Amino acid sequence: MYEFFRDLDRRWIFLMMFLCVAVPIIIIGATGKTFPEEPTQLVRAVFDEIENLPSGSKVLLSYDYDPASEGELAPMATMFAYHCAAKGHKMYFMALWPVGPQMVDDTIENIIKKDFKDLKYGEDYVNLGYKSGYEGVIKVIITDFTELYSTDTRGTPWSAIPMCHDVNSVQDMDLIVNVSAGYAGTKEWVQYAVTPYPKLRMVAGCTGVQAPLLYPYIPQQLHGLLGAIKGAAEYEALVIEAYGDKMARKDAGDNPLTDDNGDYLIPGKYTEGIRRMGPQLVAHLLMILLIIVGNVIYFVERRREGRR
Amino acid sequence: MKKETVIWTVVMLVGALVLVLNGALRGAGSAYVKAVPMQFVNVAEPGEVNADWIRYNSDRAFDEKLCTQPFEDIPEDLRESWVRYEQAELGEYLASRAADPNDDNYRFSLSQTLGIWVAALFTLFIFSFLYKDNPFYKIAESSVVGVSAAYWMVIGFWDVIVPNLLGKVAPAMVRAWSIPGLEDPPNYWYLVPLILGLMLLWRLSPKGSWIGRWPLAFVIGTTAGIRLIGFIQADFLSQIRNTVIPLIAIDSATGSFAFWDSLKNLIIVIGVLSALTYFFFSVEHKGVVGKTARLGIWFLMITFGAAFGYTVMGRIALFAIRLEFLFDDWLWLIDPLGRRAAEYASLLWPAMPLLG
Repeated sequence: MYEFFRDLDRRWIFLMMFLCVAVPIIIIGATGKTFPEEPTQLVRAVFDEIENLPSGSKVLLSYDYDPASEGELAPMATMFAYHCAAKGHKMYFMALWPVGPQMVDDTIENIIKKDFKDLKYGEDYVNLGYKSGYEGVIKVIITDFTELYSTDTRGTPWSAIPMCHDVNSVQDMDLIVNVSAGYAGTKEWVQYAVTPYPKLRMVAGCTGVQAPLLYPYIPQQLHGLLGAIKGAAEYEALVIEAYGDKMARKDAGDNPLTDDNGDYLIPGKYTEGIRRMGPQLVAHLLMILLIIVGNVIYFVERRREGRR
Repeated sequence: MKKETVIWTVVMLVGALVLVLNGALRGAGSAYVKAVPMQFVNVAEPGEVNADWIRYNSDRAFDEKLCTQPFEDIPEDLRESWVRYEQAELGEYLASRAADPNDDNYRFSLSQTLGIWVAALFTLFIFSFLYKDNPFYKIAESSVVGVSAAYWMVIGFWDVIVPNLLGKVAPAMVRAWSIPGLEDPPNYWYLVPLILGLMLLWRLSPKGSWIGRWPLAFVIGTTAGIRLIGFIQADFLSQIRNTVIPLIAIDSATGSFAFWDSLKNLIIVIGVLSALTYFFFSVEHKGVVGKTARLGIWFLMITFGAAFGYTVMGRIALFAIRLEFLFDDWLWLIDPLGRRAAEYASLLWPAMPLLG
């Protein structure tokens, strides 16, 4: 057995990992059953920041990610947009990454246009698009938006967008919501927006790789953080708890549908994070097992070498 | 022929056969679109210079009674129309066909179907590297590099150079050419970055490449300055302030001693001081300093462990979304978004009673 694990080809480990991720996806996809989520304090802080703003507040949503990190961040982006729309906030979408506007478009198409048909472009939400310059963009728009954003992504002039009439800079925003996959992202927003202008409030959702580096900014410089897919799943649970009746599938009479337990039947696009926690559990169990086996092999090997 | 080659050939052939059958019998991997007519009319007053296009049948058109006549009766120079195809679900397509077999508002989309198949096959090509390096992986890798480079260039041109450089220096030209709504007056300060940009391009010239060093020096200098201020404010001064916290915390609501908050603050202070001690090399790491530095290593190791755990979680999430794409959009094994009719929802439907 010892020799078997010591000489195990790494491709068997890849196969095991494939099965550990694939089987739960298929089972959850087929049955719709997921694990319950218990939101942590940091995730509650994110939820409260958006929830406690009065309706009609201005929220800047900067989607600084691309398809490479969509698996972790798209569920957060979806729920941020849903939560803001459900609360009636005005949403100013922008991006520091070149593919960010496509991520914004996806969110607008799948969430706002489908589930908030009353919201009007230019009055309730606007896509300002991408500008190159990384933190340089933040540095400029923190004092003057129009210096860089003379139009939105459709080419509409800033002055012709009704919801932009009383906005001069990021300082006019009531909240910054950032979805970050790396540079430029949450760290740069903290460095060049929130730290020099401490009155600004900011929450973020980030990839797992970034999360440990952002914890030192909490709570003074960053007021809430969704760390990786786990944070997304917990946030989904909170939003579903608060807005499940509005979010649920509806019957012909526009009444929310429920399952046998009385829980609302939530469309799959709002439970992406929760669904992905199933594969996470099984894959993490495999990882822990592999780490233990690897360490046992290491110590046995070292003891054998010591005897020689 | 080598045994390994034979095995892989058989696996590939069986896989291809299953894919073809799955596609032919169930339509797996196909995509559908909905045709949305886009009709606009120009409602500008006669003699008005700028056109004022509004959507025909829009709220404004009804409110202002601007579009009282049928669209086809409006003079051709005052109307524009085209068809936009929006993504539709199989369920919608089947429902429209059931209601009216001649309804072509919902239709099969060859281009989007090809997109799904190319995305799926490229995903598999990239995964194939886990077995070993191979030509399929190389094709996918090269395509990603090429497409990314082209995409960055196009985005950079249309989102930055046109509106933020040409639009500032020659707004009239840009207005006439690409952004009709641009209202900014000329701002000739933007000639400076234009000249610096042209100087930077001089590096490509075989002669006088030194000219490119001036704008480069400018970029490096300004970037260093901006970064320095950012780090000093947010990461140095603010982090010192964030570490000055009470070791005995009091619950603000009840006024009583808050044990867990006090413990958290104590760990933060000890962690910061011991980790800093580890990186303080002016004193030999012996005695109290050595023990504190060793404690600092423990804190660092715990941090690295947490970072590793988070990274694993992130990578598994990325792997999961690719598999979800393959199983849902491509193979139609699962349907978590409820996009297909029940009979197409899952290949696993015979096993549903067992799965609960």
